[in-house]
Amino acid sequence: MADIPPRIPPRIPPRIPVRRTYKLYVGGAFPRSESGRSYPVTSSAGVHLANAALASRKDVRDAVVAAREAFPGWSGRTAYNRGQILYRIAEMMEGRRAQFADEVAAAEGVSAGRAQAIVSAAVDRWVHYAGWADKFGQVLGGANPVSGPYFNLSQPEPTGVVGVFAPPGSPLLGLVSVLAPVITCGNTAVLVASERAPLPAVTLAEALATSDLPAGVANILTGRLAELAPPLAGHADVNALDLTGAGALAAELEALAATTLKRVLRPGQDDWADPDPGLSRIRPFVETKTVWHPIGR
Amino acid sequence: MEIFEYAPAPESRSIVSIRPSYDLFIDGEFVEAKSDERIVTVNPADEEPLAEVAAAGEADVERAFAAARRAFERVWSPLPGAERGKYLFRIARIIQERARELAVLESLDNGKPIKETRDVDLPLVAAHFFYHAGWADKLAHAGLGPARPLGVAAQVIPWNFPLMMLAWKVAPALATGNTVVLKPAETTPLTALAFAEICQEADLPPGVVNIVTGAGDTGRAVVAHPDADKVAFTGSTEVGKQIARAVAGTGQRLTLELGGKGANIVYEDAAIDQAVEGIVSGIFFNQGHVCCAGSRLLVQESIAEELLARLRARIERLRLGDPLDKNTDIGAINSAAQLARIRELAAAGEAEGATGWSPPCPLPERGYWFPPTVFTGVTQAHRIAREEIFGPVLSVLTFRTPEEAVAKANNTPYGLSAGVWTEKGSLMLWTASRLRAGVVWSNTFNVFDPASPFGGYKESGYGREGGLLGLEAYLNG
Repeated sequence: MADIPPRIPPRIPPRIPVRRTYKLYVGGAFPRSESGRSYPVTSSAGVHLANAALASRKDVRDAVVAAREAFPGWSGRTAYNRGQILYRIAEMMEGRRAQFADEVAAAEGVSAGRAQAIVSAAVDRWVHYAGWADKFGQVLGGANPVSGPYFNLSQPEPTGVVGVFAPPGSPLLGLVSVLAPVITCGNTAVLVASERAPLPAVTLAEALATSDLPAGVANILTGRLAELAPPLAGHADVNALDLTGAGALAAELEALAATTLKRVLRPGQDDWADPDPGLSRIRPFVETKTVWHPIGR
Repeated sequence: MEIFEYAPAPESRSIVSIRPSYDLFIDGEFVEAKSDERIVTVNPADEEPLAEVAAAGEADVERAFAAARRAFERVWSPLPGAERGKYLFRIARIIQERARELAVLESLDNGKPIKETRDVDLPLVAAHFFYHAGWADKLAHAGLGPARPLGVAAQVIPWNFPLMMLAWKVAPALATGNTVVLKPAETTPLTALAFAEICQEADLPPGVVNIVTGAGDTGRAVVAHPDADKVAFTGSTEVGKQIARAVAGTGQRLTLELGGKGANIVYEDAAIDQAVEGIVSGIFFNQGHVCCAGSRLLVQESIAEELLARLRARIERLRLGDPLDKNTDIGAINSAAQLARIRELAAAGEAEGATGWSPPCPLPERGYWFPPTVFTGVTQAHRIAREEIFGPVLSVLTFRTPEEAVAKANNTPYGLSAGVWTEKGSLMLWTASRLRAGVVWSNTFNVFDPASPFGGYKESGYGREGGLLGLEAYLNG
């Protein structure tokens, strides 16, 4: 009778998690920076989290091209359809709550509960703007009682490509709060994410990419504000700027914008927790078109 | 020219499961009616019974109002607008998800072609909830703040667009913080009951939407209930007037969307082929069971002959038959009673001296059917020029000058809709500004959108549904 060797339980090696690469979001794709550069991103406590793409001036120009290409299609959609897609973004974010909450907690150094509340507010912000898509025109536009036999109607239209500097201190809720209104009214956007905490922006880009949002409507760059802001603010094919996150550069960027008379939303006192931003961030990014037509037989 | 015949292309009804019997939907649940009375709803295309539903009595209506009042006070009106809106978004999404099933069910119960329920009714129903969902947290921005909901709304809707009329009633009421007791039409209760299931699926708080099926008596009990803060009715002008009398002195708010005798004016410079399409959709859309139908064609004398020839040729190509066939243009008349009314008025047209014409059009043996019909030689005194037929019957009159067109168009106690066909924008606007009608379509007809207010002048009712104005009807200023 042969000896039976004692059974040794096989050693299961610990599984090594797959880490994510955080890339830019341009024209519906996720490229690295054309410059081949990245920069380390740390948590609010200084722990290394990941390397984010360090976008270049060329990436800014590529993003503007993508945004311009997307503009006719996006602004030509019905307002109802845009609203449906914005609501879809809310649905996609809701499905990725845990990921957003982890990133917000790491970036802002807040408790898990607080991070959840921030994610909820960000999801609800998309719902709020989804509702605005087919309504802001009814509030901002209307018939004008001119004194003559004329039909006279004013309607808001999107201004075009908008450069958006996201607020550095609120990398998810602030980011959504500045991006959503710009695209709600039919503009396309080139957004520079929070330099210190860019990871929620990249995760948002991944949600946008699965939300039926056409490629190029929202383009998200990560990198150095000081490097990216001047070429974006001075770009002749950009129609408006949201300087909310421009910090000390705001005045310089506003001066650059003057070259092509870009519409400028200056940094203000924003309370991202306010659930009802209303039209305050839509109004700056629409043009009013007034149509006259004679009445008579 | 020889044309190919269409092969049958029926939409499958297997997507729909109809229960043999339905209870009332009160306080979030299907509950047995206290009344023993039942109503059988039939498929008007073959007269086969589809299901039996309860006919709610006064005690049932009482229970529904109590549930609605509780839900209003405890749950719905205290809820922040953004959260109310999210329930409506959910409902909109579930309607989109179940759209095909609801379209088939609507075609079965109502008789209208699947082409219309699938491509018109259901997309508009979902859009109506989507649009109003977005208003729930924005009322102050609409100039309606601080907005206060009215309370419980009593809503009675007709059979011509069963689910769409439900959406037009329920969506604005809920978005503004009201709760509802809704009575669907006697002959078309099934999609409203499917909507009750959707409310459950959306986890809508119990009592926010209550659906009581029944006939005229149930409707009277609903609109006359003393706990109704608001009465909203869509239906005949005759019943609308009765309701207005009953509401007088109660302080209840009232909106009425009633009958019409819409004029479709075609000027001599109009693009004729487009006008012909517009005339056809104006009167034959939904078998003419449309309060805003373009039932009076006013054509400029100089082009009348040519236009009528092209119109007849176009009507000859309309396909009447099985509502579930995807190629059907004209479905069944909704009920035997409605068919009798259409026949009676068409006979009056002939008797009064007008000339009726219908294309060669075999009618199915079973079910309720009426061929597309055009009356020429109609004068303004004829009953078919004055009374709402609510069927596929067009009355043609002619005019020489724009002033005459406007005078004839406005020569009616109704004022719901009108159409103007011309390539000249200034003439269109001149005409539109003189028409006493709540909706004027130019170079199109019978288009609807939740963002666009709908409602009538004169005896077509008052109040508007849809758009920013539609919210006002459910708010205290």
